Amino acid sequence: MSTFYVIAFLSIVFSLLVIFAKNPVHSVLYLILTFFTFTIHYILLNAQFLAVVNFIVYMGAIMVLFLFVMMLLNLNKDTEPGKHNLAKLAGVIAGGCLLVVIAGSLKALGKSEPVVLQNPDLGLVKNLGKVLFGEFLLPFEVSSVLLLSAMVGAVLLAKKEPRTV
Amino acid sequence: MELADILIKFGLIVVIFLISLVVAMYSTYAERKVAAFFQDRVGPNRAGPWGILQPLADGGKMFMKEEIIPNRASGLLFIVGPSLAIMTACIGSAVIPWGQPLHIGSKVVDLQVTDINVGVLYIFGVVSLGVYGIMIGGWASNNKYSLLGAIRAASQNISYEISMGLAIIALLMVNGTLSLKEIAEQQHGWHWNVIYQPLGFLIFIVCAFAETNRSPFDLPECETELIGGYHTEYSSMKLGFYLFAEYINMFVSSAVMATLYFGGYNYPGMDWVTAHVGPVIGPLIGTVVLFAKIFLFIFFFMWVRWTIPRFRYDQLMNLGWRTLIPLAIANIVLTGIIMTFFGK
Repeated sequence: MSTFYVIAFLSIVFSLLVIFAKNPVHSVLYLILTFFTFTIHYILLNAQFLAVVNFIVYMGAIMVLFLFVMMLLNLNKDTEPGKHNLAKLAGVIAGGCLLVVIAGSLKALGKSEPVVLQNPDLGLVKNLGKVLFGEFLLPFEVSSVLLLSAMVGAVLLAKKEPRTV
Repeated sequence: MELADILIKFGLIVVIFLISLVVAMYSTYAERKVAAFFQDRVGPNRAGPWGILQPLADGGKMFMKEEIIPNRASGLLFIVGPSLAIMTACIGSAVIPWGQPLHIGSKVVDLQVTDINVGVLYIFGVVSLGVYGIMIGGWASNNKYSLLGAIRAASQNISYEISMGLAIIALLMVNGTLSLKEIAEQQHGWHWNVIYQPLGFLIFIVCAFAETNRSPFDLPECETELIGGYHTEYSSMKLGFYLFAEYINMFVSSAVMATLYFGGYNYPGMDWVTAHVGPVIGPLIGTVVLFAKIFLFIFFFMWVRWTIPRFRYDQLMNLGWRTLIPLAIANIVLTGIIMTFFGK
């Protein structure tokens, strides 16, 4: 349990640093650390497969692309557009509303009851595969089609128009 | 876990760590000797007999060189880069089974640091983490050549990771497990995976070359275009760490290839030998055989480096996306068809 609290504390600290870091590249690096703490959370929940997939996909692939874009954009202080006062005010109001909503919903929910897994080995590859390809086959396939269509759409958008001479 | 078990594990970790460092060290020597052999030269022959102490001399030189940190580099990240590179290189060997379990008295000692049931994916995770060392170092140097090298490394690694993963999926279909220990056990008695998965192995080895940034895929440190690539600004032992990490990566990927496709510690006539020399020496012979396979792979890495010229960048991307990925997908489909109609 104490491991959980240490890791949870670290996740919160790193995610706060993502927001407060001045340099966008540092911010992305803190986000990577945040994902790393999430991986440890999954391991603590005995979900090894989810942990390792989170590690490979989020830390290893998506964040590399984030970092890639940030490095190429080269966002410095002088290239950062000045923020309008109106935008700042809108931001404060929107953020305050979000806080109220979250606090209200947490309060309405009351104390959360800990969920006890019937099968503690549910997160292992074999069991997860059986559940995914048996019980949840249709949602699984539908979401894969969704991902495929998103990919095709991205390729279509990025493709150059055929040159008309 | 008893104290004795913890001590055994600790000892195993230390031994594997030392072995990978020593192998990486002598790979630098071997690389120069192999290069000399291919180019009809003598190679290093001054430090010690046949130049055998050359790696030590190089290490001493690296430590004693002047340390230069550029003024405009971002301080901490400049140091984090090489540290991350060498760390990710060293943790990859944790899931590799180095031999059959030893039976010492009533104790059974596993020659594997940890047998997690997602071992193959762990290797993947470590490989994908490896690119951060290069990217962070290249960006923190605040030099356009370093940045270009880092970006080349990142895009190359991401592109080749996909076909590597697809090649492994076909392997998993044959083996039905993600644990490296079980994969090694299943290859006992000439059931080497390379016989069932020749195309998969070919794709995997090409991707391994690209992931370790070895020639002909060493574009991130292509000196004719980028001065030194991502480590242009590095000096002293930080540069040493980057170069050293490459050799450790080579060792670990050779070990992974030997385990996944070439039977790991299995060799023909293994049961007969183990029955004759006892349950301690027998598995250790298997370990020696595994190392022989690893050294052959390392030699192959060097052989290719001194034979094949470097790719151009568009050729590299074409090979990765237009050749290897379709091939790997075709390999999966073929494996599926063969498994359905003929059994394994």
